[in-house]
Amino acid sequence: MSWKIWALKKSPWVFHVNTGACNNCDIEIVALLTPKFDVERFGIKLVGSPRHADALLVTGGVTAQAAPRLREVYRQMPKPCVVFCIGACACDKGIFANSYHMVGPVDKIIREIDPNAIIAYVPGCPPKPEAIISGVVKALSAL
Amino acid sequence: MMERIPQYLFWILIFPGFVFTVLIGLVASWVVRKVSALVQWRVGPRLYQPFVDILKLLGKETLVPRGSQKALFFAAPLIAMTAVLLLSTMLWRIAFDRIDFIGDIIVAIYLMVLPSLALILGSSASASPHAAVGTSREMKLVLAYELPLALALVVIVIKNGGQLNLAQIAQNNVVFSISGLLAFLVALLCVQAKLGFVPFDIAEAETELAGGVLIEYSGALLAIWKLAQAMMLVALPLFLVLAFLGGFTVLWAGIAKYVLILVLLILIKNTNPRMRIDQAMKFFWVYCGFALILAVVLAGLGNYYGIGWL
Repeated sequence: MSWKIWALKKSPWVFHVNTGACNNCDIEIVALLTPKFDVERFGIKLVGSPRHADALLVTGGVTAQAAPRLREVYRQMPKPCVVFCIGACACDKGIFANSYHMVGPVDKIIREIDPNAIIAYVPGCPPKPEAIISGVVKALSAL
Repeated sequence: MMERIPQYLFWILIFPGFVFTVLIGLVASWVVRKVSALVQWRVGPRLYQPFVDILKLLGKETLVPRGSQKALFFAAPLIAMTAVLLLSTMLWRIAFDRIDFIGDIIVAIYLMVLPSLALILGSSASASPHAAVGTSREMKLVLAYELPLALALVVIVIKNGGQLNLAQIAQNNVVFSISGLLAFLVALLCVQAKLGFVPFDIAEAETELAGGVLIEYSGALLAIWKLAQAMMLVALPLFLVLAFLGGFTVLWAGIAKYVLILVLLILIKNTNPRMRIDQAMKFFWVYCGFALILAVVLAGLGNYYGIGWL
């Protein structure tokens, strides 16, 4: 394992993107960042700019309007980086599976521009903060 | 002259310069995060967290935005880091070895402005509208706090009978007098603004400007910015210790004074919301300005009539 990946696992700074979620997963992410769960123990920090981020938390099964923005945000992130699909919609479009306006899911959009992207999935509607922490830890230890 | 160059290089690069200051600065930035965590009733990061953050940023890709002024974009973090490095080397040498030259307090003032100027240059070179708003706020903030800081140092110089070198000023404990205490409190708030801590993090403003002045920086360049900020966390409180609190006459007392200032900064940071830029300017110019004019008058009177506590 190279030192770059080791350091990335010890301090993943996250950037949060909503690509058409119902806001429920976003509320759970905000709950995750409150003092109660204290993710700063693992070095996780919310940053304001994709240029500073190592992990992209995506919620929602990408609408036609949001797809170009998601691609742009992914391109703006310095590599190596990880993408986390939070919630059923982001993983496989959830209840919007047959909707005309959903062009996702997230992994399809990301793989269009970067076939080798590292993508992790946290299912649930919405996933609890504990589930998100567990998913992030599993994904990072598999890196 | 030539044979002293290795000695100078050792001072600047290893002790008490780059390596030493970076070590202390990263530990201090861990203290900032840990104490903030304790204030919020959580556990907080491990001791190695700031070191890993820097290591990670060094290992990442550095993106340069299209349309940016590349030379300035790369030079700005280096200018900031060089200025802080010089400042901290100078202050540590004054604290430990009492080297002095006349007017080093003025050199220190200039070196303390340079990182803010480099931040303004770098963010305006990065061709981003968010960074442009951050730049304008940082400029206004610099204009706001430089005047009170200079006035606070005028109080120091008056209290020390016109001395302009820090090693002499560090002999006296100016803070045990009315004017000295006023000047110290205002200088502490100016340092808070220089470090970009809440309530004066108006230029970075994570929630509205998304990182503001640093928004386009990534990878190694961001790591240099973070290092420069960590070194500021050493140099600026150290300057306060030397100018107001009587310096490092006894080593453990000096360290205790440094930690005291650090904890004061952290507590102010954690108990206040962010100000708007107009509130910050009003605060520094009107309230701090008048407090300092009073302090200058008191110091002058105290000096003239020989009353120490004024």
